[in-house]
This record gives sequence, structure tokens and C-alpha cells, in this order.
Amino acid sequence: MKARLHSHTDLGGFGVAETTTNSTATDAPAPSRRDFIHIAAGAAGAVGAAMVVWPFIDQMNPAADTLSFASIEVDLSSVAEGQQIQTLWRGKPMFIRHRTADEIARAEADDKAPDLKDPATDDSRLLQSNGQPGKREFLILLASCTHLGCVPTFAAGDYGGWFCPCHGSHYDTSGRIRKGPAPKNLVVAPYVYLSDTTIKIG
Amino acid sequence: MSGPSTYDPKTGIEKWLDARLPIIRLAHDSFVSYPTPRNLNYFWTFGAILTFCLVTQIVTGIVLAMHYVPSIDHAFASVQRIERDVPYGWLIQNIHAVGASMFFLAVYIHMFRGLYYGSYKAPREVLWILGCVIYLLMVGTAFLGYTLPWGQMSFWGATVITNILGAVPVVGEPIKQWLMGGFSIDNPTLNRFFSLHYLLPFVIFGVTILHVWALHVSGQNNPAGVDVKSADDTVPFTPYATVKDLFALAVFLLMFAVFVFYMPDALGHADNYIPGNPLVTPPEIVPEWYLLPFYAILRAITFNIGPIDSKLGGVIAMFGAIAVLFVLPWLDTSKVRSMRYRPWAQRFFLVFVVACFALGWCGGQNPAKAVYQAGDYSQVVTYKAADGTEATRTFAAHTPEELAIAVRAWEQDNPGAEGKAAAVVEPFKFTVETFSQLLTAYYFAFFLIILPVLGLRETPRRVPDTIAKAVLDGSKAAAE
Repeated sequence: MKARLHSHTDLGGFGVAETTTNSTATDAPAPSRRDFIHIAAGAAGAVGAAMVVWPFIDQMNPAADTLSFASIEVDLSSVAEGQQIQTLWRGKPMFIRHRTADEIARAEADDKAPDLKDPATDDSRLLQSNGQPGKREFLILLASCTHLGCVPTFAAGDYGGWFCPCHGSHYDTSGRIRKGPAPKNLVVAPYVYLSDTTIKIG
Repeated sequence: MSGPSTYDPKTGIEKWLDARLPIIRLAHDSFVSYPTPRNLNYFWTFGAILTFCLVTQIVTGIVLAMHYVPSIDHAFASVQRIERDVPYGWLIQNIHAVGASMFFLAVYIHMFRGLYYGSYKAPREVLWILGCVIYLLMVGTAFLGYTLPWGQMSFWGATVITNILGAVPVVGEPIKQWLMGGFSIDNPTLNRFFSLHYLLPFVIFGVTILHVWALHVSGQNNPAGVDVKSADDTVPFTPYATVKDLFALAVFLLMFAVFVFYMPDALGHADNYIPGNPLVTPPEIVPEWYLLPFYAILRAITFNIGPIDSKLGGVIAMFGAIAVLFVLPWLDTSKVRSMRYRPWAQRFFLVFVVACFALGWCGGQNPAKAVYQAGDYSQVVTYKAADGTEATRTFAAHTPEELAIAVRAWEQDNPGAEGKAAAVVEPFKFTVETFSQLLTAYYFAFFLIILPVLGLRETPRRVPDTIAKAVLDGSKAAAE
């Protein structure tokens, strides 16, 4: 009661709490100017603290130089048929595979296979990032198993494609998951053809 | 708990300091005159051993940081330089690496001790929770530290664990990039892991002070689990606990030294002596031994649970396995603290300890490996025999690969037989995966079902009235 009397004094005697008979007025007095100042000061402090904290959080995000390596160009003419090269993009290993006619045929034949865990047609996995169709011969994938990120090996496993030695995921010649703990197909990297034989990844 | 202070400053300088900063009084009251239950056994020496481990890791770690270079181009070589060129670097590096394992060994004994004797029950809930916080910080620190030598296991362990975070829906991927400071485990990741690995031990040190504070408020639990009721129940910390702790520490150090001097790499993985390479995955990625049980729990969830896919389910189970420890004081409904007087709890506890060891074993195995296989893989091949009639032949082998080889070899030897192979018949197999699932189920059942129900149904044995009585009865029984 004493505190409330003080707050009324602050308001210049607007309140009549000490004489009121209205119970709601006694239980919940009208917010005073001091309450407002407390809340406003607290809110300003919280916003200020958040503004100071944010740079300390955001500094951990990828830095400008890390982001500047975000795209690379690859010359496909050096990759012979049946050959696969591994390159690093954003520090992550990539597969650039020049598929043989047999691999393409197997991939297309399995477009409607019932055991596709993450159904996708072979054509959809060749699309460039601008929506144009890519070339059937060149499959551009992230070499990272969608289970826990190991690098799969080619020409192992039951489907003629990749096999992850860590926990036994099998991918077909289109990089689609067919068997094992991985939940998704190998991710197609975002790429576009700059010329007939050069692609830009990223 | 410790009652009025018995510290009596004798010299003038002690009196002068005591009036200004009573730090000697605090030390005296906490570690000299502090009353400890007179029935404490050697399991109660691990607090001192753990303090020693923490200080050892901090001291050796500070030295190593003077020589270590946190850069992906130099990290591996700088650790090799410490081991080969830096004066006594081999010793200090070995103590630090082995010390991590010793730290976890001691903390696991300390935790099982707390579980068995009910040290988490009122009024020690906060003490227990602070201990859980310390354990969680230890796991984080150990994981960060294991990345620093930048060997193959360092690199791929970090990759797998950060990918685990990617399993969290919606925010997983941004958090992963934020943590790695890029799109993969790379130089920014190594730098921040080094910074945090240096920071966290001091956080552990701070929480340890709170842990000891909370301990000194409620007093130590004891094997009988009954409260201290009179001065007869206690002995002063010095010399009784001090000397006992030092003796136990000396024995612990013997084992520590055997590892440091004779087999410093026995607890590590050979692949970590190969420099980290983002293009080549080691054949098997496993964490250090002390995290294997949680790794087994992570991998045990291979099935979707409603909207939660198996990957996220595994992550939830792994963190849940630690989270459940935090709420343990409210899960165990028994009024009796010590399992010494709880016949059924004792049995379930024993199975729990075995399950934890078995989970650790599972974590180091390939999940598809058969723990038990009833018979061989078999396949029936129908073929045309030399006399033109149909005949069958059954092949059997221990693995499907061997079976395929056997069938192929027979077909090549009998080209005209036109054999038609039926489907392969698989024998019953009990795999590491199934075993991990059973063990994981028991791990959670122990905390979430057994302890809550048992406290209500079990009839405990008679608990001694006082600690002194428990001790005297024990010595009388031994004398008879």
C-alpha cells in the first residue's frame, strides 16, 4: 500500500487510492507514469542488448571471402567418356561424371522403378540452374552422401552407381538413392553451361 | 552444514587478512574441518580425481596452445612438431590426449556412483543438475578438441556431427553454415573450434565451483544414503578424506602413466594420423570410445516415427539420452536413496551398466554386422542333369557374397546345365542394429519406466537409522 501511495504522489495527486471503496481500483491501480518509464527503459535496454549481440552472432556466418569462392568454372572437354573428376566447390567435393551410353540407358530405364525412395526422373537431374535442360552425358553432383556427408565411391554397390562406405547407401547411375539409410538423392549442383564445354557451378 | 567456523587465525598477518578477505577461513572450513560422512568408500574419491583431471587438461592445454597452429595447412604438421621437436612436447601432448580419456573414465565412474547411491535425490537435485551441465560441457569440449589435430577422423567426425545438426527441420541448414562459417568444415571452422575449445574448460571450471558450493550446502551423500544426524556420523575432511583422495589419485595416476608412457595411442584411432582430406572418406567414421554409447543410440533410430524422419529421430534420441539425466531427480520415486537397500533397483541398475557398455561396443561396430546368425545363406538351383532329368542342388555359404561366388563357380564348371537359381534364403540374423535398438529401449525404459514404477512397488530392505550405526553394524558383522 505504501508503494502505491508513493506512485500517486508522483502523479501529482491524481489518484484517490487511500479513500476509494472500489475493490478493482485497489487490486489493480491504473498504470502510473513510473510503470511506463520502467517498461520503456526495459524495452530500450532489451533492443539495445539485442543490437549489440547480433554482430557477435553474425560474425560466425560465412565471411565475404568464403562467399566469393561460391562459384567455379570447369572445362568439361578434359573429362573423357566413362571418367569422373572430383573437384572442390565451396570446400565440398563434387562429382563431374561423363556417363557412358550404358549408364544413361540404365538411369532412364529406372525412371519409374518402384524402389525410388526420392522419386525423380533422370532428365530432372540434368536440369541447369536456369531451368534449361543439361546434357545427358554430364551429371554434376555434390559428392556428399545425404545421410551423414561421407564421399561415396563409384562403380560399387548394387545399382551400378555410387556406394557410400560409411553406412551402406546405394545410389544408381543417376545418383538416386535406392537402398540404405540415406533419405535423399545425391544433390545436383546448381550449374549452367557457359559454352559447349564449360560450366559454371554456383 | 559445516556449522560454525572453527578457523582460529594465529599470526597477526592471518588475523589482518581474515578481517579483510576470509579466504583462509573459507579454505579451512571447506577442506580441513569440513565434516564428511565416516562411511564413504573409494567411489567418493572421484570428485578429487576429476578436479585433478580438469586442472591437468587446462595446464597441458595452455602449453599445447603455445605451439599449435589453428590453420588447415599447418594444424596437422604442428601437432606432429609438438610430438617430435618441441622439448617434452611428446609428453605434454600425450598427457592431454590420454587425459581426455581418463577424464571421461573418471566422470563415468562418478556418474554411476551417483546413480547407484541416489546422490541426485532431494536435497541434492541442483548439485546433480550442475554435474550434468559439466558433463555436457565436457562432451562439447572433447568433440571440439578432437577436431584440432586435423587428421582424417578429426575432419570426418566434425563433418558427420555438423551434418547431424542439418537434420533439424527448417533452421538446421542455416545453423550448420553458421557453425561451420562456410559451406563445409574448413579453415573458419577450425579457427572457431580452437577458440571455443580454449574457452569451454574455464566454463567447466566455473560450473565446478558451483557444483562444489552446492555440495557443501547439502553435504555429501554416503553409501548408506541416510542423512548425517550427529557428530558421531562424521570425520573431519583433513586428514581422513584428504589422504584417502590422495591415495586413490595415486592409484589412478599409475594407470594414467601406463597409458601416457606405454600406449599413448591405444585409445585413439589410427586414421587420425592421416592428414584430413575432404575428398576421401575413411572406411569407418567412429568417435572416441567415451562417446560410442551415444553414437550407437544415434544410429539405432533407423525408422521414421510419425512425422519425424529417422535422421532427426536419431538426433533427438541421442540428445534425449543426456537430457533424461537432468530430470532424473523427479523420475525416481523411491524414498530410499541408496540402492544398497533396494534389491530390485540393484538388479535393474546392474543391467543398465551392462547395457551402457554394450551400447559402447555397438557404437564401434558396423550396424549391419551380425551378432548372431542362425545357419548359412542358401540358394536352390534347378538344372538339367546329364541324363536330361531335372535336378536340384542347394548351395550354402556364410555370407551372400560367398554364396554368389559359389553359385557362379558351379555354373562356370557346368556350362550345359542351364541352372535356374531360386531366391536366396536368408538365415535369421541378429544384427548390431537390432541389438542397439534393444539396448536403447532399455536405456530409456530404465529412466522413464523402471525407476518411476519401482519406487512405488518395491519393498526396500531396512535402512540403518544413522551412519554410525551402519558402520558399527558392518564392523561387527566383519568381526563375527
